[in-house]
Amino acid sequence: MKIHEYQAKEILKSYGVSVPKGIVGDSIEDLLEKSEILDNPIKVVKAQIHAGGRGKGGGVKIAKNREELKKYCEDILGMQLITHQTGPEGKKVNSVLIEEGCNIEKEFYVGMVLDRAIGRLVMMASTEGGMEIEKVAEESPELIFKESIDPITGLLPFQARELAFKLGLKGKSVSKAVNFMLALSKAFVEIDASLAEINPLVLTKEGDLIALDAKIGFDDNALYRHPKILEYRDLTEEDSKEIEAKKYDLSYIALDGNIGCMVNGAGLAMATMDIIKQIGGEPANFLDVGGGATKEKVTAAFKIILSDPKVKGIFVNIFGGIMKCDVIAEGVIAAASDLGINVPLVVRLEGTNVEKGKELLNNSGLSIISADDMKDGAFKIVSAIK
Amino acid sequence: MSILINKDTKVITQGITGEAGKFHTEQAKLYGTNIVAGVTPGKGGDKFLDIPIFNTVKEAKKVTDGNVSVIYVPPAFAADAIMEAVDAEMDLVVCITEGIPVNDMIKVKRYMEGKNTLLIGPNCPGVITPDEAKIGIMPAYIHKKGNVGIVSRSGTLTYEAVHQTTSLGLGQSTVVGIGGDPVKGLDFIDVLKMFQNDTETEAVIMIGEIGGNAEEEAAEWIANNMTKPVVSFIAGQSAPKGKRMGHAGAIISGGTGGAAEKIAKLKECGVYVADLPSEIGKTLANVLQNRK
Repeated sequence: MKIHEYQAKEILKSYGVSVPKGIVGDSIEDLLEKSEILDNPIKVVKAQIHAGGRGKGGGVKIAKNREELKKYCEDILGMQLITHQTGPEGKKVNSVLIEEGCNIEKEFYVGMVLDRAIGRLVMMASTEGGMEIEKVAEESPELIFKESIDPITGLLPFQARELAFKLGLKGKSVSKAVNFMLALSKAFVEIDASLAEINPLVLTKEGDLIALDAKIGFDDNALYRHPKILEYRDLTEEDSKEIEAKKYDLSYIALDGNIGCMVNGAGLAMATMDIIKQIGGEPANFLDVGGGATKEKVTAAFKIILSDPKVKGIFVNIFGGIMKCDVIAEGVIAAASDLGINVPLVVRLEGTNVEKGKELLNNSGLSIISADDMKDGAFKIVSAIK
Repeated sequence: MSILINKDTKVITQGITGEAGKFHTEQAKLYGTNIVAGVTPGKGGDKFLDIPIFNTVKEAKKVTDGNVSVIYVPPAFAADAIMEAVDAEMDLVVCITEGIPVNDMIKVKRYMEGKNTLLIGPNCPGVITPDEAKIGIMPAYIHKKGNVGIVSRSGTLTYEAVHQTTSLGLGQSTVVGIGGDPVKGLDFIDVLKMFQNDTETEAVIMIGEIGGNAEEEAAEWIANNMTKPVVSFIAGQSAPKGKRMGHAGAIISGGTGGAAEKIAKLKECGVYVADLPSEIGKTLANVLQNRK
């Protein structure tokens, strides 16, 4: 799960991290009224969407006076912000963060992720603040410093000091950086984050260390133990079909093509998309119905696939393990008669109770194209929609 | 021979009274797996299908001499179940459970350091040595005893590869699903090593997917150490960046983990890569044919 910058800053602030003084609003009046409490006449107006690259897309502006502040709020609130992470259609800006400006002396990058190779969290710090860290990693990896974290002790002060010195910090700012890093790593573990990026972390001319931007992502598997973080979820940022899928515990991701896919298992679901693409079709979605699919779940999956107006045909590819083919067949039949599927439907069944499943489909009286294997199925659906 | 499990393996099912635990214990028993005990805290003394149930893994092991445990415990309690099995000094723990928080698995991995227990999974279909022992949720009938070792990050895609090899008359020595989570027990290289040393295994199928770089590391290892042919398939060539494709570990992020890079590396290291998921078996058959 992703959250907004202002929400990430709220969390960090509760762990003692310094963030700029700011306010959030979703209407011009609201924003202008609330911003009265900000003393510094220089203010930063920031679009709140779940995507990076907001500055380049025109979603971050610096206002030097009230007129500019009003203008930038009007420009940004409600705009369709396009960045390299939003896709060509962009994302609508529903809320805006206004913060006091600060006097930047130096910018740094500090982030945390899982290092899969060693199965531990790592803290990364770089002198190249404000840049995309992927780019730094590619062009000058020697400027990224890392410390891996023992889950028993957490990040240790000496590790944080090491990073602070490598960033070239001196005097009081070293201990400020250490406190910041210890707070970040403590927060990361306690809230079950999957990613945190403070980019930039700035050293001000006054010697303060402030998180100027903040991005936090969460481990979906751990959300069950964080009801408060779940309240941060912003449904307007998510695809409506993906929201519906989550209700039924289906793993669904919308894509751009026109062949709806319903598959069990993530690997097979990806492979099904791959094979459709390789023989000239375009998948409309990734959909893993999971291991314990019921008739209701299958029906819900069909509803979600069919709610995408781009879908011109559906390919059901099931290799039953835990999932029994006859249950899938019942679901397909129920969905087809309930929803009236009027696009070509190709079904490939294999695995537990496959004979029973095929028999149910054959006797259903529905116009279902059955496939012998996944390649056969992919060919059949691609030619059926031509 | 085979790897990891065989007809002498004695299995303890953790979470034997849950729905999944019951169903798959019965299936495994029908296959001939020697399931000696079940564990459900608070239900010690009960029985399921004549299998005695214990409150703790330690007790179950002490009484029945079980050496491998399989876990069907819900995600919130699964990490604890793994550590309980490690503490009881099981040889191998197979964790089927999907949805365990990453932080829990980080702790498990740390807990296992310096201990001898091996872990397969979590979020995996399990492991099977055809005609000897089935530990996990894979459909039994698609397997056939043979000489192909299969190791995979995906469940149903493993079944696909098994089915294809069986249909071609090849059969499998052992099939290992290592799971789709980012922090897990055995990884590709660990299992490849075992297959390389296993006299019964003649060739290996390795099924990977987007996310991380375990496939690239395995490719390097294969180039330097493996004398047996390896056929691979990588799922997710059409996956968009930055989206988690079902598995917690299947995500292209920070410019790494893409399918194209993995495939290029595998080919560079002498691994035969099947272009289509439906051609994994055929690719292997061709490789074996050409070596004769």
